[in-house]
Amino acid sequence: GLRKPKTKRAKRFLEKREPKLSENIKNAMLIKGGNANLTVTQVLRDVVLTFFLNFLRKNITRPFEDQTSLEFFSKKSDCSLFMFGSHNKKRPNNLVIGRMYDYHVLDMIELGIEKFVSLKDIKNSKCPEGTKPMLIFAGDDFDVTEDYRRLKSLLIDFFRGPTVSNIRLAGLEYVLHFTALNGKIYFRSYKLLLKKSGCRTPRIELEEMGPSLDLVLRRTHLASDDLYKLSMKTPKALKPKKKKNISHDTFGTTYGRIHMQKQDLSKLQTRKMKGLKKRPAERITEDQEKKSKKMKKH
Amino acid sequence: MEGHSVEELLAKAERDEAEKLQRITVHKELELEFDLGNLLATDRNPPTAVRSAGPTPEADLRALARDNTQLLINQLWQLPTERVEEALVARLPEPTTRLPREKPVPRPRPLTRWQQFARLKGIRPKKKTNLVWDEVSGQWRRRWGYQRARDDTKEWLIEVPGGADPMEDQFAKRIQAKKERVAKNELNRLRNLARAHKTQLPSAAGMHPTGHQSKEELGRAMQVAKVSTASVGRFQERLPKEKAPRGSGKKRKFQPLFGDFAAEKKSQLELLRVMNSKKPQLDVTRATNKQMREEDQEEAAKRRKMSQKGKMNSGPPGLGGKRKGRQHQGGKRRK
Repeated sequence: GLRKPKTKRAKRFLEKREPKLSENIKNAMLIKGGNANLTVTQVLRDVVLTFFLNFLRKNITRPFEDQTSLEFFSKKSDCSLFMFGSHNKKRPNNLVIGRMYDYHVLDMIELGIEKFVSLKDIKNSKCPEGTKPMLIFAGDDFDVTEDYRRLKSLLIDFFRGPTVSNIRLAGLEYVLHFTALNGKIYFRSYKLLLKKSGCRTPRIELEEMGPSLDLVLRRTHLASDDLYKLSMKTPKALKPKKKKNISHDTFGTTYGRIHMQKQDLSKLQTRKMKGLKKRPAERITEDQEKKSKKMKKH
Repeated sequence: MEGHSVEELLAKAERDEAEKLQRITVHKELELEFDLGNLLATDRNPPTAVRSAGPTPEADLRALARDNTQLLINQLWQLPTERVEEALVARLPEPTTRLPREKPVPRPRPLTRWQQFARLKGIRPKKKTNLVWDEVSGQWRRRWGYQRARDDTKEWLIEVPGGADPMEDQFAKRIQAKKERVAKNELNRLRNLARAHKTQLPSAAGMHPTGHQSKEELGRAMQVAKVSTASVGRFQERLPKEKAPRGSGKKRKFQPLFGDFAAEKKSQLELLRVMNSKKPQLDVTRATNKQMREEDQEEAAKRRKMSQKGKMNSGPPGLGGKRKGRQHQGGKRRK
């Protein structure tokens, strides 16, 4: 059973972790598995430095066999993304990236690190922590198989950062570029240099900055279709409401439609011309004419 | 002469424009797909340059990245911008890539009794001030809570009202009334909570607090109450005209463990024979019964459909479900 919070602070803490309509930023846990060698540890450390995700832990059992400890830690720390690094003879330099739904594992993809150049090996200036990166996926492989599609969605989820409505154009500082080629995925991070071009939009020059990895797809543990569908469900309140009776045409004119009740045209209020108003003498003569007409008929 | 120079000027202007944009234009076979809300770009072109580079594709990767980033930046610079504290800020659109949520969608909570009433009457919450002037103490005090403004339990002098017993303790009476109000509030809060969580109130199982209940609900509550004795309802008397409840017998019947050995042997051998035989065994009576039942059901469904079509134009989706059920039975027909 749940324990009721006794202080306001505890209540706020629990409320932060409740399911909400528009969710919090996803946090990630970085876990060092058994026998994590230098490469893998360095990768994890680099990820901690460049991105504002947090929470480095040690030594849990293998994610592909036993997911309970992962789920336990996810529940305790309220992290829905994880990255698990390990190394053994069969799977050298192993990295498992995954995400959770409702504190249960949704997707897990195992990647092998073939080449790794760390942050400190590249002697260039770095950009400050916590900037929102630009993401670019190149290569048609990312749409071919379901594995690759999920991998792309997972990488976007992991690296995208908080959703903002405005962004400072000068603050766009770095870009993560993923290229899928020949079964390998090349992950490169570049720092952005804005040069003058003739017009308002600057010319881009790139400088290699951050960690660069050559990854190979190994095992995958993807969520079943209906669990994935369930996790993708957007609540009705967040869907944009369509305004009825408004339409647009190709020229950009907006048309609106008004529904009115039926009007009695004889009682329509038109403009009054004071000069044409009937004077009392005229009205009397009209009545007399009408009466005489009736008598004639009979 | 003049016409010639005008054309020249126009051509020159075009060339200048093209030159200006040359620095930022990138030629791609397939257009990139952009999701500016996530600062995301997807390039579907096969990376041929990188492929042909061989073992160290670094330079080619960087060139590809530069091109793609240039296109993304071009798109971003076209967004509507505003100036916020001497920085140029672009307004990003909503992200279009759908990503899975981290927690399930929160269930809509049922409204509390007050909220339902307020909605019905159109009552909106009035904005109230935090502090209220208290005449008695001559200072601003809070509206409710510790040391509140008009606390009638804290008065030092209470006049005995006209019709009351002179020996009655008026102070205790006020404190008692306050306790009753607090208890009532707590009860209502718990009831609202229970309604939100749809748990049963432990006070009267099966009985509705207001007493308005349907005949079936009352019947069910009565049956449950009858069975909730130590001997599971065996020695409960029935009222003179009360009928025995339907469907209260055993749901499945099992053969005893040590029964008729001959009969068991016979049934097992029969089973083996049926399994070994290549021809399917058709029990004619069962098959005909099933067929007749199916036909009856179909007719009944058709009749219902006709009557409902008369009532409303679009058929209800429940019939689609009924159709599914029948197809399932059709699959089971072969035994």
